[in-house]
Amino acid sequence: MLVKPENLRGAANICSDGGKRPLAAMFGADETLRGGGLAIYCLFYNAEKRDLDVLKAEFPADSSLNYPCLTTLLPAAAWYERELHDMFGFIPEGHPDLRPLVLHESFPEGFHPLRKQIPVNCKCHGHREYEMMTSGGEGLFEVPVGPIHAGIIEPGHFRFSQAGEAMLQLDAKLFFTHRGIEKALEGKTVTEALPIIERICGACSVANTLSFCQAVEKLSASKVPYRAWLIRTLALEMERLYNHVGDTGNICAGVGFSPIISMGARLKEYLQQLNELVAGNRFLRGLIIPGGVSMDVEEKQLEEISDVLKEVEKVYADMVHIMWEQANFINRIRTTGIVRENTAFDLAMVGVGARASGVARDSRKDMGFGIYDELDFELVTEPGGDVEARIKVRIGEVRESLKLVRQLISKLRRNAETELSVDLGELRTLEGSWGISESPRGDNIHWLMLDEAGRIDRSFIRSASYPNWPALTVAVQGDIIPDFPLINKSFELCYACIDR
Amino acid sequence: MLKMLEAIFSGKIATENIDVSGHKRMRGTLQCNGKCSACGECAAACPVQGIKLVGDMPQIDYKKCLFCGKCVEACAAKALSHSNKECLAEILTASQAEVSEAVTASLGRSLHVRHLDAGSCNACDFEMGATSNPIYDLHRYGIAFVASPRHADMLMVTGVVTRNLEQALRMTYEAMPEPRLVMACGACAAGGVTYGSTYAIVGKAADVVPVDIAVPGCPPRPSAMIVALCAAADMLKERM
Repeated sequence: MLVKPENLRGAANICSDGGKRPLAAMFGADETLRGGGLAIYCLFYNAEKRDLDVLKAEFPADSSLNYPCLTTLLPAAAWYERELHDMFGFIPEGHPDLRPLVLHESFPEGFHPLRKQIPVNCKCHGHREYEMMTSGGEGLFEVPVGPIHAGIIEPGHFRFSQAGEAMLQLDAKLFFTHRGIEKALEGKTVTEALPIIERICGACSVANTLSFCQAVEKLSASKVPYRAWLIRTLALEMERLYNHVGDTGNICAGVGFSPIISMGARLKEYLQQLNELVAGNRFLRGLIIPGGVSMDVEEKQLEEISDVLKEVEKVYADMVHIMWEQANFINRIRTTGIVRENTAFDLAMVGVGARASGVARDSRKDMGFGIYDELDFELVTEPGGDVEARIKVRIGEVRESLKLVRQLISKLRRNAETELSVDLGELRTLEGSWGISESPRGDNIHWLMLDEAGRIDRSFIRSASYPNWPALTVAVQGDIIPDFPLINKSFELCYACIDR
Repeated sequence: MLKMLEAIFSGKIATENIDVSGHKRMRGTLQCNGKCSACGECAAACPVQGIKLVGDMPQIDYKKCLFCGKCVEACAAKALSHSNKECLAEILTASQAEVSEAVTASLGRSLHVRHLDAGSCNACDFEMGATSNPIYDLHRYGIAFVASPRHADMLMVTGVVTRNLEQALRMTYEAMPEPRLVMACGACAAGGVTYGSTYAIVGKAADVVPVDIAVPGCPPRPSAMIVALCAAADMLKERM
């Protein structure tokens, strides 16, 4: 649907249908090189049609970039609109918090890098303000943490407003690892873009690549071979397994529960060695390509996957058993870091975060991408919304993923196809296209448009962590500050994915 | 409780010797079998411009290499292939010590390391975390990760340096006591061209702070990191 800027808010209200179709993504595009102006795209999940509804507002060239903000209507739009303000200079009127998001202090005001007239390697320096949001008053104090943390984790700055031990408010300053990937992709062919897409994020490598490849394949008339889909799905589930198993152990690092940390780390290592066996890389890079996959999975490898997973399943069951035996561990995780179902809806949360708050959403079921419709697995949800619920969802999903991998192995054994990829031929240009896949953290969406020459004109990457980050700042409110690492780890959100 | 004790005591020792080769499919160092036709297709296919033809043979800049396999695919003479051997760290400042010797050298040393993510995709960071798991058990070499740069002998940098983290990298380096080392870990920190040059990227780690050791890989495997860390521990001993 195409609307005028002043009607965007009203149209978005209709598209979201009272929250039934949550906001999936919101991003800008610069169409001035084709004689247009700037544009804003909004994507909404449409579970009935198993599709994303696209709403576009066109701002004619040289017209004002003001429009009535969506955030006060759809809270999920808050960060997207801050990003639109940074990257393109749009002004969402009435936005409650229009501080910078992506571009920190070393960039000048008025610098909007995703506009086409800005060269990709523009080195322009300046100084802009970035004020942290805090609460003040008698007896309140602030605790600043990061961007360089004490452990081996990604960079982010957290500012806690404290009332004694209790966290009153948390403001997160992220996007430290912003590398300008969306701009770097512009002007590249799909093949040239692939190594960069694989390196947006380590832990979501497969999901990012698969979403991108699906967006590309929608612009082609060719059909990806069935065997390639079996191998892709296997890779996606293997990615979920090594993440979930490692995260189960790592969450326990938030409370210093050492035996479980060790067991989780050991299992994760075995699973990553399995990744190398299949793809030649411990993060499964180099396997998925537009049109299919680059290498086959042979019988010998299937056998080894089966053997290793049998062992992993056994040790993981022990691990879970030990966790639920510890009363003091349960005491730390139960009712800690609660996200209520309404909040999850309002923020359009995805993945483990959403499912642990009772929201039954999973793009493998809702969108049925690839071959998931013919596979038997359950959608795992928990009503609690606390750390315990997020651990339980992961444990359930490990069980379901193991089930899926077994089905895929038997399907691969029965499938005698030799074709692993298809030539995509000429790709359709000047047509928006999207791809979706379910990463370990939730659904991952890539938007793609090619220019007349078949090179990337606009690529937008909405990783699963993007809608879930704001929920973390809500979840911690009222809990004590020593619980923050635990709550943070229970979401296990990527920084690299959202920073791009 | 019983189950926990059982799990702790019944398990075998998981720690293994460090092996610098991997599974058959692993994309490690590149080898050319001499049938090179000097067509230059490999150099053209490289996404990070890490290959130069010198004479009739490709020369690979491992600091930039993503080990993605595009050059092997492109090689017209089918001369280029990946071995399953890791590419070992390159010492940039000290006298050219043999890195492989470092693994077998005596253990009378220690190294305290502060990690700094300068803009990575988190793959290097995850692998760095994996060096402490029971299989690799980094602590047996006298190497430990510490919480503050003030406690550190070495800064281990991952990722291309972004504009948003340039100041943090400088300040962390300045906070460290002398003698100090810097390790650029992975293709981004060592080569700096993984994503090309953009408005948000400053470059490789060496563009901001002096770098002593570069570890190739995208990401380097935990074993390659441990070899590099052992070499660094030896370098530090020389500087004391």
